[in-house]
Amino acid sequence: MNIVGGLRGIGKRVVNAVWRTGYGARFFVMTLRYSGMSFRRFRLTVREIFFSGVLSLIIILVAGMFVGMVLGLQGYETLKRYGSESALGSLVALSLVRELGPVLAALLFASRAGSAMTAEIGLMKATEQIDAMELMAVNPIARVVAPRFWAGVISMPLLAALFSAMGVFGGYVVGVVNIGVDEGSFWSQMQASVDFQHDILNGVIKSLVFGLAVTAIALFEGYDAPPTAEGVSGATTRTVVESSLAILMLDFILTAFMFQGA
Amino acid sequence: MERTTLDLWVGVFVVAGIAALVVLALKVGNLSTYNVSESYQLQAHFTNVGGLKPTASVRSAGVLVGRVVSIVLDTSNYDAKVTMSIDKRYQFPKDTFANILTSGLLGEQYIGLIPGGDDKMLQSGDEFKKTQSAVVLEDLIGKFLYNSSDAKK
Amino acid sequence: MSASLVELHDVNFAYDSRPILKGINMSFQKGKLIAIMGLSGCGKTTILRHIGGVLKPTKGYVKVDGQVIHELDPQGLYAMRRKMGMLFQFGALFTDMTVFDNVAFQMREHTDLPEEIIRDLVMMKLHAVGLYGTQELMPGELSGGMARRVALARTIALDPMLIMYDEPFAGLDPISLTVVGELIRRLNDALGATSIVVTHDVQESLKIVDYVYFVSNGAIIAEGSADDIRASGEAFVKQFVHGEMDGPIPFHYPGNDFNTDLGVHA
Ligand SMILES: Nc1ncnc2c1ncn2[C@@H]1O[C@H](COP(=O)(O)OP(=O)(O)O)[C@@H](O)[C@H]1O
Ligand SMILES: [Mg+2]
Repeated sequence: MNIVGGLRGIGKRVVNAVWRTGYGARFFVMTLRYSGMSFRRFRLTVREIFFSGVLSLIIILVAGMFVGMVLGLQGYETLKRYGSESALGSLVALSLVRELGPVLAALLFASRAGSAMTAEIGLMKATEQIDAMELMAVNPIARVVAPRFWAGVISMPLLAALFSAMGVFGGYVVGVVNIGVDEGSFWSQMQASVDFQHDILNGVIKSLVFGLAVTAIALFEGYDAPPTAEGVSGATTRTVVESSLAILMLDFILTAFMFQGA
Repeated sequence: MERTTLDLWVGVFVVAGIAALVVLALKVGNLSTYNVSESYQLQAHFTNVGGLKPTASVRSAGVLVGRVVSIVLDTSNYDAKVTMSIDKRYQFPKDTFANILTSGLLGEQYIGLIPGGDDKMLQSGDEFKKTQSAVVLEDLIGKFLYNSSDAKK
Repeated sequence: MSASLVELHDVNFAYDSRPILKGINMSFQKGKLIAIMGLSGCGKTTILRHIGGVLKPTKGYVKVDGQVIHELDPQGLYAMRRKMGMLFQFGALFTDMTVFDNVAFQMREHTDLPEEIIRDLVMMKLHAVGLYGTQELMPGELSGGMARRVALARTIALDPMLIMYDEPFAGLDPISLTVVGELIRRLNDALGATSIVVTHDVQESLKIVDYVYFVSNGAIIAEGSADDIRASGEAFVKQFVHGEMDGPIPFHYPGNDFNTDLGVHA
């Protein structure tokens, strides 16, 4: 009796998950299909860049600075043991550009902008704004969803770049200004080890993929949220959890492809 | 929010983001030394390249003058053939020494060039005749152990 | 008999497998103001969603202006919807836009009118609902009655031939209620439109409507003109119109017997 019930529960969950994945994929395809308006009337997208990008600026800049400062401290402590303090610049920059910049910026973006997107769309649905739009013969995916999607995809690499640049500055402040690592070797070692194509461009590609994943998840969760207060709050939580997991999993996959054997 | 203020902020954000990318490319990365000036290619043979990798730097007197382009095994005498691309602004005498060196005890490996006194300069496609291979730590330790056990006898 | 603009023929509908509508037949004549009444959850909003083409009947059809709604392709459906206006239960104003932008929304989406003409049109619509001067406010700054009237102005922005109202009186104070009721009648006659009002506010709507359908449990149980309804002898209608507590609709939820569950034995 209990076992059968348990099995049935598992089966239901699996069916549900498969169904939701398919529904989400369909939603994503529709978003791409109805993206024309986001570019024809670029004002709509600019407005959303303000809400997802500009409003995430402060948290990204502050977090980037602190992460860079911690990297400076910890990196120095470790490198000192091997007498390679001069490699501090390259350690700070490589960690930021390849991994920490794209990943941490995307995690912050998910909890700052992604959750806001979910809540906003969920509330629009709960208060019948989406239905109203549909009945006014305006496609809500084209008018509401797609501009937010492209705004997220455009904002994410810029935010990640700002995070990394701020982090390098933080590492410089701690390493060179505070601890007194030689400034010349800090920068020259950094430049010698950070390759534009291999490290920086790959970091940008990572952040593009993360931005795409986070906004797609956030918008789908909002659009799919049950039109109640609990429904919207549950969807907001799911956005943060799902996009964080997606970021870390995608990061592993991308890293395996990009930095393998080099 | 006023439309123009919103536009202004988005503009500032996009410009700052692109500026950050440019700073990363030029100040943090090596785009500034990438193809900015024309380069020519030189070759060198080493009996052992150790941990040298493509894109490793080529330095002379500590100054970055080029990068390693490729490393292949030359089957005519089973040694490593390293091709490097050198900045056109720098010319080196024919008898220049090419050594594989390590920055710091555990740092990256690079090629160090020590110019000789020849009047003729190396041209594109030429080869460094005098080279010194990488110091392989295992060999060094092995020798040291061997010598010390010899000495005890 | 004059031409009917909207016609529902044996419409059946189920959410999952729970039947909501069971064989609804309705006919809405051009120029009339018709009410659909019934208890909460009886399927009134569901009927409006069928007319708007958001839901598809499992059996039967809905015809608007001579065309079967669920057989239209997306373009045809969108073209049809431009001729309809729907006022949602709580207004459904776009909370991220000003009153002006809300009313101008459809004009900007569907027409190429220059901004000056849109401005004049919006002011006219706001004037029609008596809210000229509120254009710079955000929906959050409006009272319930005002929000409902702004939503009304937005609904009639493109002069629709069919206007649907989903519980336009819900949550309004008595004065706003009369104002909105008056507006609905006046707009219907001024625009030469056909209006469908979903409501459970019997007294207010009987004052303004031409015809009434009573829906209970997904089926029509009574219909007629306002006077017919007032005079009706049907038990359900009497209970509904006069707001009596007991009648065919029981006060108690159909559960176990209270006394039995308490362990009291008669
Ligand atoms: N999206 C939905 N999924 C499942 N059931 C629904 C949904 N929307 C409404 N219902 C159910 O359909 C019935 C009729 O709803 P509705 O037409 O909104 O009633 P009302 O007459 O109050 O407007 C209700 O019992 C409601 O619970
Ligand atoms: Mg309803």
